[in-house]
Amino acid sequence: MTQVQIENVTKKYGNFKAVDGVTVDIPDGSFVCLLGPSGCGKTTLLRLIAGLEDLSGGSLSVGGMDYSKVPAHKREFGMVFQSLALFPHLTVAENIAYPLKIRGVSASDRRARALELLDLVKLPDIADRQIHQLSGGQRQRVAIARGLAIDPKVFLLDEPLSALDANLREHLQIELRQLQKTLGVTTIVVTHDQREAMSMADTVIVMEAGKVQQVGTPVEIYRNPANAFVANFIGVSNLLAGRLTGPAQFTFDGKVINLTPEDILHVQKGQAGTLSVRPEDIVVLPDPAQGQLNGQVNFIRDLGANVEILVRVGDIDIISVCAPQSRPGVKMSDRVGIQILTGRATVLAA
Amino acid sequence: MTTLTARLKGHRGAAYPLVMLVVFFVVPFVIMLSVSFFSRDDGAFFQPAFELSNYSRFISPFFGKVLLTSLTLSAAAAIISVSVAVPFTYFVTRMRARWQSVMLVFLLSVLSLSEVIIGFAWSTLLSKTAGIGNLFVAIGLMETSQSFTPSLGALLLGLTYLGLPYAVLVLYPALSRLDPEIPEAARMLGASPIRSFFNVVMPMMRNTITGALILVFVFTLGAYLLPQVLGRPQHWTLSVHITDQAIFQSNLPFAAAMAIFLMLVSLALVGISTLLGRART
Amino acid sequence: MLILRYAFILVVLLFLAAPLVVIFGVSVNEPKQLLFPPEGFSLRWYAELFQASDWLNALRNSVVIALGASTIAVSIALPLALYVWKKQSKMAQALFGLGVAPFLLPPVISALGFMIFWITVGFYGQIYATIISHGVFLVTLPLVTISLGLEAVDRQLIEASRTMGANDKTVFRTVIFPLARPYMISGFAFVFVLSLNEYIIAYMVAGFTAETLPIKIFNSLRYGYTPVMASVAVFFVLTAIVVFGSIARFGDLPRLLGAERARR
Repeated sequence: MTQVQIENVTKKYGNFKAVDGVTVDIPDGSFVCLLGPSGCGKTTLLRLIAGLEDLSGGSLSVGGMDYSKVPAHKREFGMVFQSLALFPHLTVAENIAYPLKIRGVSASDRRARALELLDLVKLPDIADRQIHQLSGGQRQRVAIARGLAIDPKVFLLDEPLSALDANLREHLQIELRQLQKTLGVTTIVVTHDQREAMSMADTVIVMEAGKVQQVGTPVEIYRNPANAFVANFIGVSNLLAGRLTGPAQFTFDGKVINLTPEDILHVQKGQAGTLSVRPEDIVVLPDPAQGQLNGQVNFIRDLGANVEILVRVGDIDIISVCAPQSRPGVKMSDRVGIQILTGRATVLAA
Repeated sequence: MTTLTARLKGHRGAAYPLVMLVVFFVVPFVIMLSVSFFSRDDGAFFQPAFELSNYSRFISPFFGKVLLTSLTLSAAAAIISVSVAVPFTYFVTRMRARWQSVMLVFLLSVLSLSEVIIGFAWSTLLSKTAGIGNLFVAIGLMETSQSFTPSLGALLLGLTYLGLPYAVLVLYPALSRLDPEIPEAARMLGASPIRSFFNVVMPMMRNTITGALILVFVFTLGAYLLPQVLGRPQHWTLSVHITDQAIFQSNLPFAAAMAIFLMLVSLALVGISTLLGRART
Repeated sequence: MLILRYAFILVVLLFLAAPLVVIFGVSVNEPKQLLFPPEGFSLRWYAELFQASDWLNALRNSVVIALGASTIAVSIALPLALYVWKKQSKMAQALFGLGVAPFLLPPVISALGFMIFWITVGFYGQIYATIISHGVFLVTLPLVTISLGLEAVDRQLIEASRTMGANDKTVFRTVIFPLARPYMISGFAFVFVLSLNEYIIAYMVAGFTAETLPIKIFNSLRYGYTPVMASVAVFFVLTAIVVFGSIARFGDLPRLLGAERARR
């Protein structure tokens, strides 16, 4: 039972609150991503969980025990640092065995465990190499192996893949996820990359300005963002500020958009709100008289796999994304109509 | 001919510095080297000659003892300075930039202090009327104030004072470039802060620490005033005797021979430290 | 843990500061005696530094030598640093090594070398000899600071100014020089302070004719005690603090001393 309970945790630097009243429960064996832009407090929260920073307020418990005052070296956690922090004066095997050496494990047992872990991260045969002889991806795996060496209660990773190139990163995301499933260790990863969070996590915690904005599964967060910040940080969203004028009717700029029962409403009838629609739910029509809105084509880009069209409506740009085969016959500066496909939209509080 | 001038043109910028350094640094050394083989002349400083007597002269029990004193004192001062400087510098590099700057200003100010002033200040601090003796009397550690200088301890204290800021500034670049996540990683893996310092920080800094030891050693080897102000005549180092021979005994050839010898010892040590540094990086 | 750390820092700082505190205390003594804690309070020993002709003369010599030496050191270091930065050849590296060497040897060796040299060429005892000796001896400092400064200059800046029509001279005047200037000033200041405090070379090259403040202090130390010595020492400490403090205030001192990054 290594459920991590974070209760009203706060970290202040002078007057600045890096983490501001965060309360989250992380269930045993789950894979959690702390997601947010740089400076949102996600790394500070991870360091507070690690015990590398002292809490300014609130409490932290692991497996039902209060951990608020336990020093970092007595927490029995594993951690992978952003810089990896592999010890350059030790070999690969010595790095992995370092935590075991501290715990008084015999040399032969340490060696055996290091080799076992190297197998686990698919790096047999490099045990006796120096750190500077390894590639970026190899270092990454050695750091993961070292963090797992003591069967940690909680496994923490701070932007672990950010230094790698795109292909290797995707590859390691999958591997890390599989490894965590096999071992069942409670894992918390900090990332600023929403794709990375979506592809690995059971639960995503979106943070901004030191506060938790939303906690949920990747699909929940994408489908039902709690507010405009989350809607825009997770993927791209078109945000139309207007009013809910009927039980299933949103009015934007004097134009009526009819909603369906599947759309999610965060406001009551009569209240102001923001309609959040994903670009794939916007259809551009060559005839400006058709659709709920109309505007002028501002920009078109063909990305191969899909086509993005930017349409200027009043003083906002609406983004539409479609497959190349359903690209409408429009060109720059054309007046066009916009069809909003409802059913996957959200009306957020204004 | 044109190709030669064209080739020289690219190096024109180096001409003035090269001339200055050769004329005023290399040439003096060459002259000093030749003078070390000259013979002494009471009227005109030295006489051209070629004799090895200046070198053979300090192969004697007296100068053997002087050399041994110099080397032991400098080694002790270097070891003490660096042992204090390593943790101190490490703590300084973990401070915020603002406080680091304050510390560095202070250290540079101490570093730049003339040996004369350091000697004067410590002899005052260790004196009977204005020294820590008064403090000890005030807190009841001593009955009456006494002087702690001249003594071997006072000299060692002074040499350590000379070497400490130097050691800190030699260690500072490497320690400040140390990834702060490295000691943190050691802590996450179960090492206490003290253990992570000895297990990880010290081994990673091994070459820098060796370099600092050697540089402080060479630096204090050159101390000339402190042995005279804080030590007794039997603590006089090679540097004191070099100056003594040059100025008061007017025996420049012998002083030159001792200086060449001291330089060879220093160069050998600096060479070893750079070689060690290169072997790692 | 944290308490132990701060206690350690405090003890080291106390060790470094203790002699300075004592000489400050001694310098404001009322009677002409070596007393600490001081008896009474008087600034007359400071006044004497600027009034007594022998001390004033030593002060003047020290400042003239320090200014001259700083100018010479920077004038050698700047072209040398530029050359090393541009060429990066073995030859350039060797030149750089030659520029760093004076500082790595015990100063007493260089001092004797200078002394014998000036005797040989016939300028022994001249203040110019001291100025040049200091300039060459301390050339290492501006050489290191200017090189550090140039290291940070993006070479593409030069290419960029070339594309905009600047020739070599204009590039130097409008791009390299302004960027290197703060490091030249720092180098100049380092030489100034160290030359002011330098004893052994000044003593051996022209100790009896061009008496500097450190020489004067040491001579006084031999023949008895006067609190002016303490006030001169305080004057030196304050000069160093002001000079290095200004460098820290207007520049990046940690970087100048080799740090790659400063925390927060």
